[in-house]
Amino acid sequence: MSGADNVIWLGAPAFPDAARTALADTRQRANLRRATGTIRDKRLAVAAELEDWEELRERAAAVKRSTLRHLDQHLLRLEQAVTAAGGTVHWAADAAEANRIVTNLVQATGESEVVKVKSMATQEIGLNEALAEAGIRAYETDLAELIVQLGNDRPSHILVPAIHRGRSEIREIFQREMGAWGKPAPEGLTDDPRDLAEAARLHLREKFLRAKVAVSGANFAAADTGTVVVVESEGNGRMCLTLPETLITVMGIEKVLPSFTDLDVFLQLLPRSSTGERMNPYTSLWTGVTEDDGPQYFHLVLLDNGRTATLADEVGRQALSCIRCSACLNVCPVYERTGGHAYGSVYPGPIGAVLTPQLVGIEQAASLPFASTLCGACYDACPVKINIPEVLVHLRAEAVEAKRAARLLPTPEALAMKAAGAVLASPRRLAAAQRLGAFGARLVARDGRIGALPGPFARWSGTRDTPAPARESLRAWWRRTRGDGDTPQGSRTRGRPGENSRTTEEGERR
Amino acid sequence: MNGRDTVLRSIRGALSDVPRSGTPDAVPAPPGSGADHAGPDVVGLFAERAADYRATVVRVPEGEAAAAVARALARAGARSLVVPPGFPEDLLPPGDWARLADVPPLSIGQLDAADAVVTTAAGAIAVTGTVVLDSGPGQGRRALTLLPDQHVCVVRSSQIAGDVPEALGRLDPLRPLTLVSGPSATSDIELERVEGVHGPRTLDIVVIEDLSLCGRLGAR
Ligand code: SF4
Repeated sequence: MSGADNVIWLGAPAFPDAARTALADTRQRANLRRATGTIRDKRLAVAAELEDWEELRERAAAVKRSTLRHLDQHLLRLEQAVTAAGGTVHWAADAAEANRIVTNLVQATGESEVVKVKSMATQEIGLNEALAEAGIRAYETDLAELIVQLGNDRPSHILVPAIHRGRSEIREIFQREMGAWGKPAPEGLTDDPRDLAEAARLHLREKFLRAKVAVSGANFAAADTGTVVVVESEGNGRMCLTLPETLITVMGIEKVLPSFTDLDVFLQLLPRSSTGERMNPYTSLWTGVTEDDGPQYFHLVLLDNGRTATLADEVGRQALSCIRCSACLNVCPVYERTGGHAYGSVYPGPIGAVLTPQLVGIEQAASLPFASTLCGACYDACPVKINIPEVLVHLRAEAVEAKRAARLLPTPEALAMKAAGAVLASPRRLAAAQRLGAFGARLVARDGRIGALPGPFARWSGTRDTPAPARESLRAWWRRTRGDGDTPQGSRTRGRPGENSRTTEEGERR
Repeated sequence: MNGRDTVLRSIRGALSDVPRSGTPDAVPAPPGSGADHAGPDVVGLFAERAADYRATVVRVPEGEAAAAVARALARAGARSLVVPPGFPEDLLPPGDWARLADVPPLSIGQLDAADAVVTTAAGAIAVTGTVVLDSGPGQGRRALTLLPDQHVCVVRSSQIAGDVPEALGRLDPLRPLTLVSGPSATSDIELERVEGVHGPRTLDIVVIEDLSLCGRLGAR
């Protein structure tokens, strides 16, 4: 798979281990609960204002799905339109190639610093690090990105990368770090968000005013007109897209839309889904270069970096429809508790759990498809109707396959499943197993609950109590009370789901 | 092989399940989309929604626009005013502010030092409370509406579209477009919205209730 880069962070622990650490961080959990709670309510309120919200989602999903099916043609049309409007299009198969292209473009201007608009694509390829190696300093200008950069931290959310930080932490970071990057934080800075935003304004102003080169991502690009779109709130985007002489935009190949008119549905869905606003404060749309207005040199870098591998999977490719609104993160019960860092990727949350393993290969991120309860809240929230639970289940199967292929001996899990299969296939063996299981379980139970167990049971029992099974299984009870020795209807050949659920659960433990 | 060929070949390889044809699939519009979210009072809705995002909105008859602009500038205490080429003189109030024309182009430093900018608009969107700029006459290049701390935008009521699709349909995609919904804001600290970051911290919108609107409403 191409491009190690930042899709997964080198040395990051697997999700279950990282999640355990994250769950112990009560400050982060409080920050996340407050932030996601706020945004969930706002999103629901503005989505409810549009009575045809569901139809808009359908339409957006249809546009994205059909665009992906002819992605090559749309990209070629985009290239043609951008070129005709005075821009230059570059193609990058992986992160290294994209970084090389951008670095060369910056070097060609003779500049040694760039201002950046928040962009997932450049996060993903580790552009800042690559530029630093070439002696070019990249300044993040989005407030949350600035907090992450100054704090020498990692992003934990795709829209608000510093969501894990509360206001008082942000104040500490500003006071401690701003001076090393430029204008120091004002004297007597409080932790009022208004004051913090003002500090960022003052700190970044000089950088905007002197910048000659900007790097951005893109939310959308229309193939028919060559129009590129950046959606933002603070005005840092407009600063970067307007004031410098050279603009370099790095865009994932999946962001292309067939036509300018397709934007109508996305500009209704995106702001409502992401910040819970009817419209974000600023949306910039530009087509190539305009004489006497804005950058006179425009470069568009089209990035693959694992996207075509994702595209090849007929179930998984829907993840490429993502418009990075972050609604799925904000509604996810797992994300709300673990935060984004536990996913070990620039793409956290439900979308990360389906996108990351596909971008880097399932072997590299095998624990991520399991980082979900499959509750489906993400699917309900997603403005482009990505069936995240479906892709998760699909990837779980792939993860198991990959594990099997990589081992000579079967995993303990596979052996346990095989044993469970044998037991469930025979009523006699099942009855014996139930008797034995009930007996054993009651030995270790306290007050009717089974707590943490040693050895192979620890992975299940370490995080949850299990009720001790009843003294007698339903089947045994039936036989005893009905007295005719017959088994319940329908269970002669196959156990009824509810009846032996406890045994089944044990068989399914990972 | 260069990056372009590599990427295109990978895409085609990945889409082996899709029948190759000369033209991409048309996307069928599902029934029901394109619903009108605006209702009959487009101007009222625009004023309400723009104010919702902390823009200050006033509605005035044709002859009183200049006075409304003057009040907005006075309220913010603006002393220097950027006036883009092509801005209608009759909308410009007399006053003791220094007038900065963008001819020859003002430097970034001059724009940063200016207190306010006054512009017309290319359009507006009622449902979202948005004004749309396309750098046309009366609006000037994009930097003019970005660096001064106050933006006074004069919109004619006939320019206000009900919703996003209608507004986009009226625009020229080849021009640089900026959709402005309220003053600059951020939700980056605990996802709480705070107004006033890098873009203008004060947005005043003066809606001129022009007569052509009556015809438009009557035709509905
Ligand atoms: S998967 Fe859907 S909900 Fe999640 S970020 Fe992408 S578009 Fe938004």
